[in-house]
Amino acid sequence: MKEMVRLQGITKKFGNNLIIPHIDLTIADGEFITLLGPSGCGKTTLLRMIAGLEEPTSGQIFLDNEDVTTFAPYKRDVNMVFQNYALFPHMNVEENIRFGLLMKKVPKEKQNERIDQVLYLTQLEDFRARRPQQLSGGQQQRVAIARALVNNPKVLLLDEPLGALDYQLRKNLQLELKNLQRGLGLTFVYVTHDQEEALTMSDRIVVMNAGRIEQDSTPDNIYHNPSSRFVAQFIGESNFFDLDKENILAIRPEKLNICEEEEENFVHPLPEYYGTVVDVVFYGTIDKVFVRLDNSNQTVVAYQYFDDVKRWCPDERVGIWWYPQDAVSVKP
Amino acid sequence: MRKGKLLVAPAISWLIFFFGVPMLIVIAVSFAARTPYGQVIFNFTFANYQRFLEPLYIRIFVDTVFTALVTTLITFCMGYPLAYSISKLPHKWQQPGLILVMIPFWINFLIRSYAWVVILRSQGLINTLLLKLGWITQPLPLLYNDYAVMLGMVYALLPFMVLPIYVSIEQLDHRLLEAASDLGAKPFTAFRKVTFPLTLPGVAAGSILVFISSLGMFVVPDVMGGAKSALIGNLIQNQFLSARDWPFGSSLSIVLAVLALVLIVLYYKAIQKQEGGTNNEEKLA
Repeated sequence: MKEMVRLQGITKKFGNNLIIPHIDLTIADGEFITLLGPSGCGKTTLLRMIAGLEEPTSGQIFLDNEDVTTFAPYKRDVNMVFQNYALFPHMNVEENIRFGLLMKKVPKEKQNERIDQVLYLTQLEDFRARRPQQLSGGQQQRVAIARALVNNPKVLLLDEPLGALDYQLRKNLQLELKNLQRGLGLTFVYVTHDQEEALTMSDRIVVMNAGRIEQDSTPDNIYHNPSSRFVAQFIGESNFFDLDKENILAIRPEKLNICEEEEENFVHPLPEYYGTVVDVVFYGTIDKVFVRLDNSNQTVVAYQYFDDVKRWCPDERVGIWWYPQDAVSVKP
Repeated sequence: MRKGKLLVAPAISWLIFFFGVPMLIVIAVSFAARTPYGQVIFNFTFANYQRFLEPLYIRIFVDTVFTALVTTLITFCMGYPLAYSISKLPHKWQQPGLILVMIPFWINFLIRSYAWVVILRSQGLINTLLLKLGWITQPLPLLYNDYAVMLGMVYALLPFMVLPIYVSIEQLDHRLLEAASDLGAKPFTAFRKVTFPLTLPGVAAGSILVFISSLGMFVVPDVMGGAKSALIGNLIQNQFLSARDWPFGSSLSIVLAVLALVLIVLYYKAIQKQEGGTNNEEKLA
């Protein structure tokens, strides 16, 4: 696959504060890659370095095999969708979108053609004469994407673009964005702290923690084979069972099964642990059943779908079991 | 609600007694006549306003407006770069920078004007220095002309231009500049297309402040302009203090106040237009 972005030995200090100790990362052409991590993990800083809005303390950045490490933002063929959109309030939608084309001195006719194209793509045709303040959050977000897309950048950088929107709108726009990216075949670098967003949209997820890459893999692999306790905890929920100092067993709540303490005719593996149900919380599609394990302070959680006949109640004695293939050994 | 009204009562009565009533008195006097010895007689008359239309006074009025316009223009040309540079200083130096702009206010304005006299007059600082250096043989006429008045005005009013512009630059969302740069704008283009248009409200506020203040200015022309450059401020001062013609002085003040009011209304109209849709009801959910 063709390489589009390469970050090589990147470190970043703000004053004496080492934000990014060392990162190497290669992004392929046409890939939808997500930098995922808690706030302060360095993901936005990394994105801003690709845009040229921050300079790495050391290391190099290659864009389409050209070393752009010291290039100013206006010299880089990438565009950014800012977290709060950063739309120009004194320009209407069309002028906002035209801005980048004007800067690049694209001929007027070509400008109009491209603007019509992205307005169609982002369903903003009816709003071209509106000021950003006259638009809803979702529409502003579309303008921000249109303003970046119209320049036909080599890479589109998105900094938590859906963060300010409400849940339902976010879900719809996630799908729209993904379809847009697929349709255009454009390289997307997407920053978010929302694991669900990362899982549904990305071709590849880079999980970051404290300025380091914890795991770099497909969403499926990240979810099912987390490499560390951090990843297993940050993406989805996990139950952990300490085996020894070096090995922890991580099991997803939907893979954790509950049975009667005194069950006859086991047709599944024997329970590994026994305990008492402490709480059952209804979540719509599932019950979350919390079980306090015997001889420890640990509480585990199991998702129960309603295909089972039995719904558990607090204070019931239960056994906990799982299929061996569902348990993942992770680094502490 | 009643309690709320009671709480603003002191402020309202302050305004009524110390602003409203004097204003009404000035308006009333502007329509009155006077005895030869300066006694005000309340005969309703437009004579004071008609007198203003005499060529002599129209001339002074035009001169005043022109001086105020030029002063505004110069303070803008000096004030914008100054405000911009202060806003670009490292954070801990911004406050000291602003204080430096405001320090002259701590000294009485009259004294500061005389300081300029000491600097500019024939035996003043500049002329003495240039004579000693042998660059000139005759002292330059730096004082008592229109340029000296302009200099004094610009000096006095510059802070009124700098402060509002500084505030509007400070309030500017710096991400907009990042966005401009990201979209391919070089720094100067980003300034021209984003920073400047978005700080125009500050420029307008500063201009209004400077323009209105220079319309009424009389100390500077008095001290630095000599007898020749009378502006409307001096004329008003004269009517009250020397000519003892309060009605005419009042009518001149009213003309000035109305002009200022018109400008302020125009300013708000312009601001509203600029902000456009912000308070527009068609904002979609």
